[in-house]
Amino acid sequence: MELTEQDRRLITAVERGLPLCRRPFREIGKQAGISESEVIAALGRMAESGIISRMGVIVRHHELGYRNNAMVVWDIPDEKAGEIGRRFKTFAFVTLCYRRKRRPPVWPYNLFCMVHGRERDVVLAQVEELAEGCGLKDMPREVLFSGRRFKQRGAVYSPAASVI
Amino acid sequence: MSAPKPILLDDADRAIINGLQGAFPLSEEPFAEVAERLGLDRDDLIARIRRMLDNNVLTRFGPMYHAEKLGGGLTLAAMKVPEADFDAVAEQVNAHPEVAHNYARDHRLNMWFVIATETQQSIAEVIAAIEEETGLKVYNMPKIREFFIGLSFGA
Repeated sequence: MELTEQDRRLITAVERGLPLCRRPFREIGKQAGISESEVIAALGRMAESGIISRMGVIVRHHELGYRNNAMVVWDIPDEKAGEIGRRFKTFAFVTLCYRRKRRPPVWPYNLFCMVHGRERDVVLAQVEELAEGCGLKDMPREVLFSGRRFKQRGAVYSPAASVI
Repeated sequence: MSAPKPILLDDADRAIINGLQGAFPLSEEPFAEVAERLGLDRDDLIARIRRMLDNNVLTRFGPMYHAEKLGGGLTLAAMKVPEADFDAVAEQVNAHPEVAHNYARDHRLNMWFVIATETQQSIAEVIAAIEEETGLKVYNMPKIREFFIGLSFGA
């Protein structure tokens, strides 16, 4: 889908987020010089074409006491990655999952997922459960706990968004 | 130094976070619809979202754009930074406005950050600049496929 000049104005107007009021799309429309119904229609078109991947919130796990976010990485045969990625979704503690490019020999892993938890040993037990439940006990994997967070700007782009 | 106390959310807050992960209605009064779905009062819903934004539990509420479909670039990158240089390198990396967030992780590759740029080509330029400034290699790990993004507070 080609973005129109109006779409671009709309994207700019909602960049900081939706106004928290009774009719947020009317408010956005005022800023962008577009009617409420046009705002709704344009956002619908962008959602349909995948330019908007979702409407929603970015949660800062850290502030909620989920201090132990772990990036769990697996070295899975490429042809099996799709099936495994879909299975990960059935585990509620897995919040994100991507297949990424490997960088051998330093980095042999191709499947990345995030597991959040308040306690480190809970996270590790969940990773074990995941490996068990998906038949991955013998697959190479590593768990990278997060340390200090240096920078987190309010994400505008998905899927960047949450951490991995 | 002890960590600051985590912010406590009640059941309604959690239900809101879970409920807002997926579809948000595109209608004239979307908050009223969401409130009804969650069994909350509309003004209470709005006030709670505002409070969670104010105390930084949520960073933003709104549409998430697919960077690549807007012509932009997006990737995850990692570096192997000598412990003694870590803070200085973090400062150099974070000085780039394209670096969206940066975490230390306990691994040989100990610095992990997301790069988001307005054009696809700029990813390589940002990486080249960081390598030049720090004298360290940046391992670029672009996404091949996304399976899902979600967050729920179950157990």
